[in-house]
Amino acid sequence: MLLPAAALAADGLDTGDTAWVIVATALVMMMTPAGLALFYGGMSRYKNLLNTLAMTFVAYCLGSIIWVIWGYTLAFGPDVGGMIGNLNNLFLNGIGVNDLTGTIPTYVFIVFQMTFAGITVALVLGSVVDRMKFSSWLVFTILWLTLVYCPVAHWVWGGGWMADMGALDFAGGNVVHINAGISGLVLALVLGKRLGYGKEAMFPSSITLTALGAALLWFGWFGFNAGSALAANGIAASAFLVTNTSAAVGALTWMVVEWKVNDRPTVLGIASGIVAGLVAITPAAGFVNMPAALVIGIVAGLIGFFSVSRLKMKFGYDDSLDAFGVHGICGIWGAVATGIFANPAITEGVSGLLYGNPRQVVVQLISIAATIAFAGVGTLVVIWITKLVTGGIRVDGDEEIQGLDSAIHGERAFEIGI
Amino acid sequence: MKKIEAIIKPFKLDDVRQALSDIGVQGMTITEVKGYGRQKGHKEIYRGAEYLVDFMPKIKLEIVVPTERVDDVIAAVRNAANTGKIGDGKIFVIPLEGVIRVRTGEKGNDAI
Repeated sequence: MLLPAAALAADGLDTGDTAWVIVATALVMMMTPAGLALFYGGMSRYKNLLNTLAMTFVAYCLGSIIWVIWGYTLAFGPDVGGMIGNLNNLFLNGIGVNDLTGTIPTYVFIVFQMTFAGITVALVLGSVVDRMKFSSWLVFTILWLTLVYCPVAHWVWGGGWMADMGALDFAGGNVVHINAGISGLVLALVLGKRLGYGKEAMFPSSITLTALGAALLWFGWFGFNAGSALAANGIAASAFLVTNTSAAVGALTWMVVEWKVNDRPTVLGIASGIVAGLVAITPAAGFVNMPAALVIGIVAGLIGFFSVSRLKMKFGYDDSLDAFGVHGICGIWGAVATGIFANPAITEGVSGLLYGNPRQVVVQLISIAATIAFAGVGTLVVIWITKLVTGGIRVDGDEEIQGLDSAIHGERAFEIGI
Repeated sequence: MKKIEAIIKPFKLDDVRQALSDIGVQGMTITEVKGYGRQKGHKEIYRGAEYLVDFMPKIKLEIVVPTERVDDVIAAVRNAANTGKIGDGKIFVIPLEGVIRVRTGEKGNDAI
């Protein structure tokens, strides 16, 4: 995000910027209940497909409400000690229809940021499908957004300490992907592995849905990255360009590596490579040029592939849909890459290692470490409270075997013979 | 009377149906089943999780025939379903106690 300066009377509303960011907001909104829901749903086992969709949908719905009541003010309200925003804008109090953030209405900025909050918490569920109590997920979502998402968003984009330190995160490497990836891993470790993990076959319900989800995510990601310019300008255009480049080359890289290692280019691999490339370019989108995006995407495809197929096996954790493997790991790479490739020719005043500013890499590493630490500890606290409130966060063994679509929702994903 | 159960490769169903029709066997019931014998399965890998899929899709045909026709039917099925490769299937002959037509109540060979 290019932090909008306080609205100056001289700036005024720019209709081009406003129109673009409104559209970008709608694109990002779609990424959660359509893109992510299908992407994750298709990878879930058939008996839990609807549960995955349900968790994704409610994450976005809860995010929508929490944000406009207390989330926005905590993340973007007047700064308190570089740590959090105050409650001046509780219920969006004090913000009017004509107020501006930069050259766009503040209301647009609020909704745009809201879609980021929604998708970030939804990403976390990718680590824990098939075994979490639905009531616990609802409580977890509310607490996690409040206690983990809002502070980190404030630190990076709301005028907090990471911004002051000069950490670069154009559209959410720290705030979204590293945050969600680490939190997902912690939640997965506390919940424990699925029954039969490592022994039973756990087939994805539909690679078709996953592929469709990946395509919707790619489409929406243009709003995510190019929209984060908060303007209809050259930086937005550059972010748009590098986003597509990284996604495409990430997909091809994953496909080629998988073909060499496993003898087969899978559609799941292509879809995963797309997302890996998109995740990695997210923090760098408005700061790097196209050749850098090629490198970022290729490396994302490589490390994404090895982290989901080797790292997980090696350490034995059940990060079911690889929220940590793809979003966490590729997000970390993207944040580091931003420190390497940030180019003053793209965004003035911003430069990384390759442009004479090696300190940027250090700053990035500090911000990454702080996000990891905070997300980890914060998630543990959230889990602890959630356990108290909902009496344990994991479903019964019987329900897990029966399948959550039936046990929790009383529904079937498709009316077919299964 | 005998019941003939044949496990065949799915793509052979039309050939078998035609061959049986040619010798005057008009009715059958089929089920989609999975199974394996000597045919090896295949490997599927989803994001690093490797699964050996042993069970191959097959079609199970069930036909009821008068005892004197059993050999003709077996020959027709075998010829139509045979590809020469492992996994072609098996034919089982099972003694049958009785057959009744639902519509008319006819029994025995009249009901076939």
